[in-house]
Amino acid sequence: MSDTHIASAFDRDLETIQAQIMKMGGMVEQAILDASTSLETRDEELADKVREGDRAIDALEEQINEEAARTIALRAPTAIDLRLILTVMKIAGNLERIGDYSKNMAKRTTVLAQMTPINGSTVALRRMAREVEKMLRDALDAYIQRDADLARDVVNRDHDIDQMYNALFREFLTFMMEDPRNITPCMHLHFIAKNTERMGDHVTSIAEQVIYLVTGDMPDDVRPKQDRTSIDPAVAPKV
Amino acid sequence: MYDAPSLERNVDQKDIKFSARNVQVYYGDTHAIKDVSVEIEDNTVTAFIGPSGCGKSTFLRCLNRMNDTIDVCRVEGDIRLDGEDIYDKRVDPVQLRAKVGMVFQKPNPFPKSIYDNVAYGPRIHGLARSKAELDEIVETALRRGAIWDEVKDRLDAPGTGLSGGQQQRLCIARAVATAPEVLLMDEPCSALDPIATAQVEELIDELRQSYSVIIVTHSMQQAARVSQKTAFFHLGHLVEFGETGQIFTNPEDERTESYITGRIG
Amino acid sequence: MTDASLPENAAASPAHRSLNTVDARTRKRNRAEARFRAYGIAAVATGLVFLVILLGSILFNGVGAFQQTFIKVPVYLDPAKLDKSGERDIEAIKKVSTFGYTPLIQQGLFDVVQAEGIETPLAKPGDMKQMISPSAAAQLRDTVIANPDLIGQTVEFRILASSRVDGYLKDRVFREDVVRDKNIDVEHLDIVDGLVAAGVIAKEFNLSFITGADASESRPEQAGLGVSILGSFFMMLVVLALSLPIGVAASIYLEEFAPQNRFTDLIEVNISNLAAVPSIVFGILGLAVFIQFAHLPQSAPLVGGLTLTLMTLPTIVISTRASLKSVPPSIRDAALGVGASKMQAVFHHVLPMAMPGILTGTIIGLAQALGETAPLLLIGMVGYIATNYPDGFASGFMDPNSAMPAQIFEWAKRADPAYYERAWGGIIILLVFLMTMNIIAIILRRRFERRW
Repeated sequence: MSDTHIASAFDRDLETIQAQIMKMGGMVEQAILDASTSLETRDEELADKVREGDRAIDALEEQINEEAARTIALRAPTAIDLRLILTVMKIAGNLERIGDYSKNMAKRTTVLAQMTPINGSTVALRRMAREVEKMLRDALDAYIQRDADLARDVVNRDHDIDQMYNALFREFLTFMMEDPRNITPCMHLHFIAKNTERMGDHVTSIAEQVIYLVTGDMPDDVRPKQDRTSIDPAVAPKV
Repeated sequence: MYDAPSLERNVDQKDIKFSARNVQVYYGDTHAIKDVSVEIEDNTVTAFIGPSGCGKSTFLRCLNRMNDTIDVCRVEGDIRLDGEDIYDKRVDPVQLRAKVGMVFQKPNPFPKSIYDNVAYGPRIHGLARSKAELDEIVETALRRGAIWDEVKDRLDAPGTGLSGGQQQRLCIARAVATAPEVLLMDEPCSALDPIATAQVEELIDELRQSYSVIIVTHSMQQAARVSQKTAFFHLGHLVEFGETGQIFTNPEDERTESYITGRIG
Repeated sequence: MTDASLPENAAASPAHRSLNTVDARTRKRNRAEARFRAYGIAAVATGLVFLVILLGSILFNGVGAFQQTFIKVPVYLDPAKLDKSGERDIEAIKKVSTFGYTPLIQQGLFDVVQAEGIETPLAKPGDMKQMISPSAAAQLRDTVIANPDLIGQTVEFRILASSRVDGYLKDRVFREDVVRDKNIDVEHLDIVDGLVAAGVIAKEFNLSFITGADASESRPEQAGLGVSILGSFFMMLVVLALSLPIGVAASIYLEEFAPQNRFTDLIEVNISNLAAVPSIVFGILGLAVFIQFAHLPQSAPLVGGLTLTLMTLPTIVISTRASLKSVPPSIRDAALGVGASKMQAVFHHVLPMAMPGILTGTIIGLAQALGETAPLLLIGMVGYIATNYPDGFASGFMDPNSAMPAQIFEWAKRADPAYYERAWGGIIILLVFLMTMNIIAIILRRRFERRW
């Protein structure tokens, strides 16, 4: 099978969309890194930059959706071309949510910068964010290279993120129980941790789209849900 | 970081090639084309779509005065090519047809050799002063028609011995041999199989760099694939005319939307 | 618990029929088709049988005309009779007419008879006169005038026997009938038998049947078709030169350029009707217009050609129109689309494509004209005795002549059975011409069609 369509304009349209999604992915990766860096270094300028950058990410998502709609209307894609367009739209949505969480992280960073720092927590958070960013990079690589195995690996790594969130959840509880003055910053940090965990879920969703694109089947494995904080009272330390 | 390549949405203004205003066409007593006004741009593929009998082919044939061959056909209104009225008394239709080439629905190469097929037009219009010049014109035309590689070592073979898609590309080469400015195509792919159709559509996309192409098609998907501007005809009226992407994602007139979505015949 | 099931009265539904059993209707139909096929084969066979009978009888009756009896006679060219002065003066030699040569031939024949030892009651050379064709003397004279040096020598000539001798050798003349015939006697026939045994008389291929001129009633052995072949040839030239351009041009105009109104409809109807007009009407027309009004020479191939042109034109116009109509309109559209004018489209594309049909129609028309006798009746080409070759190419048109079918008809009218045989021979030649023309038509059509 040839790689190119007889109608070269169709290839150009598809390349355009894919280039846009990769650009968006790059922007979101950078946003994650910047947000987590600004949290650790308490850099308010960097945090502002992340918040501004989210506008461009939203605009790009809108553009990608328009392009995808236009391609469907004009080219009537089938088979792998159809899955490509569908997954692009989903991935764009996921990326946009990740971008929003990064923006949220940056907003809370600005607030936290006014309060006294709590030792140790931000390191763990930064590590978690770096992990998520690596997952995202791998998911996008898997997308460009059409590598389903890499995508499955990303899906599995989500359970590490969930474990990290569980640990952070317990840690923040102990901090809050230790000193009531810690409650406000810990609540912010908890939200940041929760959002990072949600980012991981969205990256997993992107990886699942990649598997759908390559194989044509949605992976039906139960996503490793290790976050038991909502269901298992045993996780929370007894007060 | 990936950078998105620039889109070909031709935002920049193009020259107007054909300008039609208040065109009416009568077949005897039947009013076939009712008050059509449209402007066709240069270096653009414009598609005419619409249900059967809506007048798109009739209007197309007005643009190179092929309707003159039908006795009962009467054309009123203003049709201008580069600003000049083509129905003016001083205009010789033969000269007009050298400037406005036509490709028909069923491939109709002359029963002559491939070389003679393409060389006929330039010969009768005196476009070549010597055999060498004529050879060059023929080669250029066959290259433009994306068929040079397939026939370059059998130019003396009969034109009718090629496959359907090749014959249609030969007809396109024949049409561009007279150095036209506009190419009219009346359902050029309806007699071809999907691969040949795709090849001809790709060729049309290349041709728009040098010519203004107007294509009548009853396949909406083809209009969507190949054109930059689309005109929707219905019962002799021009209902909507606009940029192709916009017509197929969000048309303005509900008749257009009904036709495109397949809600009416 | 009952499940809803079909009613038990399934008698209405047809029983399951196997494909391997043929039902009555199909069998009846098959039988009818087989019968029809049999009728068709029978019809073709009948046609073939008649064709075979026709060709067979033509060949059987006519092939004899190509052979003629010749006698090998050594003739002593007596200078005393032929060149009295001895100076080989051409003018003097020419003055000797055929009367001078006839006795020499008779003497030669007499000598041969003696030499072969054939018993005969005829004692004088003059008695053998009736065995020799009267034309032999003229033939001898021409040879001597061409070669005066031969005078004084004994030269062996191949001389034409008389038609009775010829008939005897061809089993047309029987001894019983000879009693009443004043042209030959039984004694002559005895001599002939003897000469045949000696190998002096034989039937040989007679080229002059094809190339020679017609002869008078009394000399069938000399008659040939050659001059009338030329007459037909010149006539066909005229027909071809006139009817093809006029017919094709008229047809192109009617088909491509004429406006669609009542007047052109009228013309078209009349052209179709003209093709059905009896050919003798054209003969009367030719007489009135070409001979009486235009004062062209009577019996001239030019006049015959003009008359036949009128007759062939409708055929050519109709077949040309059919060929032009059969050219697909897409070719015309393509030519116009490239920027050709209507005239260019017709002449560069439509006409070449219609050429096979036009040529076929023309040659069929010509072949028809070749075989026509009735139109030539009134302009004088039937019944004319074509005895002279035309002098040159131009006079070939104007000199009076006959045509092949007319000549054959003329021969068939004559009383002498030798002419009857020649009529059949002429038919063979005519058929050969017609076949040749049809083969040319087929070859030309193939050549043009092979182009695409």
